[in-house]
Amino acid sequence: MTNARFATRSELIGILVLAVFLVVILPLCLDVFRLNLVAKYLTYAFVALGLVICWGYGGILSLGQGVFFGLGGYCMAMFLKLEASSVENTKIQSTPGIPDFMDWNQITALPMFWKPFHSLTLTIIAVILVPGIFALIIGAAMFKRRVGGTYFAIITQAVAAILTILIVGQQGYTGGINGMTDLRTLKGWDIRPDHAKIVLYFFEVACLFGCIFIAQFIRHSKLGRILVAMRDKEDRVRFSGYSVANFKIFAFCVAAVFAAIGGAMFALNVGFMSPSFVGIVPSIEMVIYTAVGGRLSILGAVYGTLLVNFAKTSLSESFPELWLFGLGGLFIAVVLAFPNGLAGIWQDHVQPRIDRLLSSRKPKPAAGWTDNSVADGAPAE
Amino acid sequence: MFGDYSLGDLGSIFVMQGFAGLILFSVYVLMALGLAIIFGQMGVINMAHGEFMILGAYVTWMTSNLFQTYLPGLFAGYFFLAMILAFLASGALGMLVEWGLIRHLYKRPLDTLLATWGLSLILQQAYRSIFGAREVGVELPPWMLGSLKVTDSIEVPINGVFVMCLTVLITIVVAYVMYKSRWGRQVRAVVQNRIMAGAVGINTEKVDRYTFGLGCGIAGIAGSAFTMIGSTGPTSGQLYIVDTFLVVVFGGAASLLGTIASAFSISQTQSTLEFFMSGSMAKVLTLLAVVGILMLRPQGLFALKVRK
Repeated sequence: MTNARFATRSELIGILVLAVFLVVILPLCLDVFRLNLVAKYLTYAFVALGLVICWGYGGILSLGQGVFFGLGGYCMAMFLKLEASSVENTKIQSTPGIPDFMDWNQITALPMFWKPFHSLTLTIIAVILVPGIFALIIGAAMFKRRVGGTYFAIITQAVAAILTILIVGQQGYTGGINGMTDLRTLKGWDIRPDHAKIVLYFFEVACLFGCIFIAQFIRHSKLGRILVAMRDKEDRVRFSGYSVANFKIFAFCVAAVFAAIGGAMFALNVGFMSPSFVGIVPSIEMVIYTAVGGRLSILGAVYGTLLVNFAKTSLSESFPELWLFGLGGLFIAVVLAFPNGLAGIWQDHVQPRIDRLLSSRKPKPAAGWTDNSVADGAPAE
Repeated sequence: MFGDYSLGDLGSIFVMQGFAGLILFSVYVLMALGLAIIFGQMGVINMAHGEFMILGAYVTWMTSNLFQTYLPGLFAGYFFLAMILAFLASGALGMLVEWGLIRHLYKRPLDTLLATWGLSLILQQAYRSIFGAREVGVELPPWMLGSLKVTDSIEVPINGVFVMCLTVLITIVVAYVMYKSRWGRQVRAVVQNRIMAGAVGINTEKVDRYTFGLGCGIAGIAGSAFTMIGSTGPTSGQLYIVDTFLVVVFGGAASLLGTIASAFSISQTQSTLEFFMSGSMAKVLTLLAVVGILMLRPQGLFALKVRK
């Protein structure tokens, strides 16, 4: 295999199948309400994709991806909220032109950190940069001191807890526990009617494929190989002269930015943002999407997210009591029985059969050597 | 911010808030003790620790109801029996979980974290199905009600004092068991070198199981004590789990003294700050400080000096 190859043939077929599924089959089969639901699920797929890079390949388990999802989402929501609270829309407030929750909390002027979000360009930059820089700071502080594994997981969890408490507590600046609701237009274009939802869905799918391509590129580059090497034998990579910390920081930042894009898409597609997507519980739930899909599989992350969320919606609609049992059981089953998730099952049981069916062709070398190793997620220490 | 209070008032505020902090400290210590044993000694991240604590709380609640219905004469003393039952129930469940789940995952700490999180979800839903979603509170025996008047402006509630005494007692027992008893030596031997410990005839699997059981049992006692100062709901345990992990990590895993010191500093900071600003900001500042210090000193306050 050549190093610089972007994707193997079977991966290309996989991406094509996913594209057909998301772009053709789902929009044709589902009504707008369900399609919007899928759009909501797919926002989590961005997070799951980031976790494949960071956790599956880099071995860094972050339990605080909700933080980045939330930061991205809040950046986008702040822009939309400002547009929705123009002076003529908010005439009845004591201070027109500021978001309604600020008015309720007796704030009379727009705070400084809200000002940049009048501009869409600055908002888009902020969606990428704010979580990216935040991840850079956390990553640099932790990895440079060789904190990893479980400690890192606990600290990211604490960060998620802190941000949630902060958002809920500073109601006047953030909308508090209700979050930012009543988002209406994007540059004058109404995001609420059905046709807008469909446009937003396709836009989101396009972004998702952008992220999938970036993830594929990272995985097949030398960088991806160093990440895997680092996950499996950190010390050897360090002794070979690589700066382990910098690679880890990079993987963590990529995951953070992916999550933030997902968050921004969430604000656009769902029309609100609240701290309930930031805290510890949603952050860990995001990890299970990746785990179910297969922590080493880029496409598996998307399928895993869709599957878990479909199960969640249908189970919690009809048997609300069963859902938590199901989710809990899923955590345990994935860890104990299927450490490589759906992708692992596919590769062990389905792929060989397909290969046998197509065996008239010459057998190829195993696709993607990285997929054969069973990772335990933690760098050996 | 101090301008509005006289010096005497300030003194009383600090004492009263300090006392409120001491109650928080007791809960932290009790929860963190179990966690320090499991995480510090075995390296297992038990995200279901809060649920083991809540099991203890529910056992206490059931015992108090039983005493109220059948043995009203002995109601004053139900708490001591409840505590023992809570310890046994949580400990037994802990050993079961170790046998069924944890022992397959010792080499994969991050996966343990996910599996025990799944377990915590299942337990939460089980509590909700069995005991209902509403929070339950136990009725305190009469001698625990009321408060001690220390000076004119300082009062301390008796149940708080009781919980604190309990914490001290349990800490001493745990310290004795871990550092003086034969069994504690075996635990520490297994932690330091599993293979060698096995080679000298220690049944390492059994030690693991009892260690995990002990940690969970102490969580059960913590839950028992928890009912004295707050009500119990299916998700109460989750509220404390991250704080408790921070306490253990901040103190330096594998160090009982560090756990106590960090529980003390975190709870005192938080409760003192709470008087001067909103509760949420006090919590944010405290946690930020802890995370900040951990970034500068990842090994925690009291690190064991071991060669890596």
